[in-house]
Amino acid sequence: MTHFFVLLQKDLLVGWRGRSRLVGLVTYGTSLLLLFSFALGADSAVLREHAAAYLWVALLSASTLLLAQSFQHETEAGALEGLLLVPVSPMALYYAKATANLVLLLFLAVALFPLTAVLFDLQGGISPLRLAAVVTLGSAGLVGPGTLYAALTARLASKQVMLPVLLFPLVIPPVVASVKGTQLALTGDPMGQLVSWLSLLLIFDLLYWSLGGILLGKVLDE
Amino acid sequence: MNKTLLLGALGVLVMLVGHGIGLFYAPPEAYMGDTGRILYVHVPTAWVGMLALTAAFAMAVGALWNGKAIWDSYMEASIEVGVVFSAMLLAQGSIWAKPTWNTWWTWDPRLTTSAIMVVAFIGVLLLRGAVHSPSRRMAFSAVATIIAFVDVPVVYFSVEWWETTHQGFSGRDNVDAVMRFPLLVSLAGTTLLGLAFIKARQRIAWARHLEEERAPDLPETPAPLSLPDPSNQKENLG
Amino acid sequence: MSEPVVQVEQLSRRFGKRWALARVDLTLYAGERLLIMGQNGSGKTTFLRILATLTQPTLGTVRLFGADPVRDPWSARARLALLSHQPSVYEDLSARDNLRILARLRGIPDQTASWLERVGLEDRPEPVHTYSAGMRKRLSFARVLAQEPQLVMIDEPYGQLDPGGFALVDGLIREISERGATVILASHLVERASRLTERALLLHRGQPRWTGEASRAPLAWQTLHEEAR
Repeated sequence: MTHFFVLLQKDLLVGWRGRSRLVGLVTYGTSLLLLFSFALGADSAVLREHAAAYLWVALLSASTLLLAQSFQHETEAGALEGLLLVPVSPMALYYAKATANLVLLLFLAVALFPLTAVLFDLQGGISPLRLAAVVTLGSAGLVGPGTLYAALTARLASKQVMLPVLLFPLVIPPVVASVKGTQLALTGDPMGQLVSWLSLLLIFDLLYWSLGGILLGKVLDE
Repeated sequence: MNKTLLLGALGVLVMLVGHGIGLFYAPPEAYMGDTGRILYVHVPTAWVGMLALTAAFAMAVGALWNGKAIWDSYMEASIEVGVVFSAMLLAQGSIWAKPTWNTWWTWDPRLTTSAIMVVAFIGVLLLRGAVHSPSRRMAFSAVATIIAFVDVPVVYFSVEWWETTHQGFSGRDNVDAVMRFPLLVSLAGTTLLGLAFIKARQRIAWARHLEEERAPDLPETPAPLSLPDPSNQKENLG
Repeated sequence: MSEPVVQVEQLSRRFGKRWALARVDLTLYAGERLLIMGQNGSGKTTFLRILATLTQPTLGTVRLFGADPVRDPWSARARLALLSHQPSVYEDLSARDNLRILARLRGIPDQTASWLERVGLEDRPEPVHTYSAGMRKRLSFARVLAQEPQLVMIDEPYGQLDPGGFALVDGLIREISERGATVILASHLVERASRLTERALLLHRGQPRWTGEASRAPLAWQTLHEEAR
């Protein structure tokens, strides 16, 4: 447990010291949001209706870069081997890394949301609490399997392609649930459907955060 | 004669009998007419695809916890056969959807889930190609197979909530007895064929494994260097 | 006699179709200092990585501190340190941050200031990616000091060092050894490294070719090269 907190602190410190990269990711997300508007045309009604979808595609896309970076720190100077020799258990390593990635992805979401609201002209009636719940559970759904796959692809020559190729089909459930949930949190939830989407996210998160903790050790062995 | 070939030939024979009865003797389907006869191809394809991927999952669990290369070769074979059958399933679905719903593609849960599954497992096959160390290839693709397989029901569930327009499952309730017989024969034949494919593909994977592992014998240690006597060391060093 | 720290028999490792290490035998007792000499690709690094539990042997047996590290690497890992070609640090953090994290993970008191002073990095608050190769090497040694291991393996201690660094490294290796650690150096600077060690093992193409007192190591090294010629 001590290891978990030290590692989490370490990952957040690395994130903070390399904050220029985070700024880069926010900029990347921003350009994606702008691109969606241009790709679809300046029909503000259409854009508003699909704002949640654009936000999540931007987050998903930026998350693969974030995830890849999180393991690049570990492999570029052999830090991961140093950790294994401490020794740190792969489980502590996974949970610390996944939690740190969740925090960083949430930071990205918080940075991109106001932009989404402005660009796509979101109207009032937004429920911040519901939105926070959807964004947190949805982001956890992306980083849960994403952290494991980032570790798995970190040492491959074709890692830039392999990470999204493996991750994207897998995270369709959290993306679907997050988009629907975000829409409901933005425009109101008269039918009370939000709870079902949140529970789908919760099930997915529990499943993959458990699998990740068990399986990371199998990926680090040689 | 080769057992795998025999199994495959038997499969094709039984499958053709099933298809023959289905095409020429069974009555046309009540609502869909003759296009409904795709049932005898479609259901067995779906079954074998799912069977192969389930086998791949079981092999992946075995490979991770036991580490023997034989699991890896069956895993590779099952994934590949599973991907091929699932891809055929998508093609058949599209072909059937065109005359029936006048579109090649609908976003119904089973079709969409199958498509996602095919892409996910193609990813696993690509991963196998990207990893050179045999032990890592086994571990990495086993992990990816487990993750992808566990995802299938969740994907299905989420897509079903997202949109629904498809037929219910084919079961005893909505398949008439006259149609059930050719369906069962086709199922049996296709399953035999699928198993033969897996076995044949596994044999290739195993041969590749043996080739990869074929190494020169561990060399004998050569005689230790004999150093010049310390007393005439000076002389030697000049 | 007490149990050996390292005991390997017929240790062999194959990568693809090549035996990187073939039939190496070695027994080391607590406090001994061993030099492994060999050219690049002679199997030195593979040997050290197997002893560090990071690579598994294909054949043969390894025992570290009396236990089998292939079955249970965890207890051995807590007692050994490997100083490899990479410094095993985070490039975006400073030397101080890196050492502090290591101390907290190992659960030992934080003496970062004294470790840094010992290797001459006390005034370096910048991130590691700005360090020179020599400074990285110093940081690697600071990590070993911080870990207080019972078995220390150093792969190419003099690699990437400026001339001023040689004496510093010699001093650090002596210090680590005086604290009671068993030390294994892998180097092709035989003359220099043999002065720090008692015994030596010569590897050539993964095979052991000679073993004996370190004082005779330079002669063995020379003999191997004459034979090759």
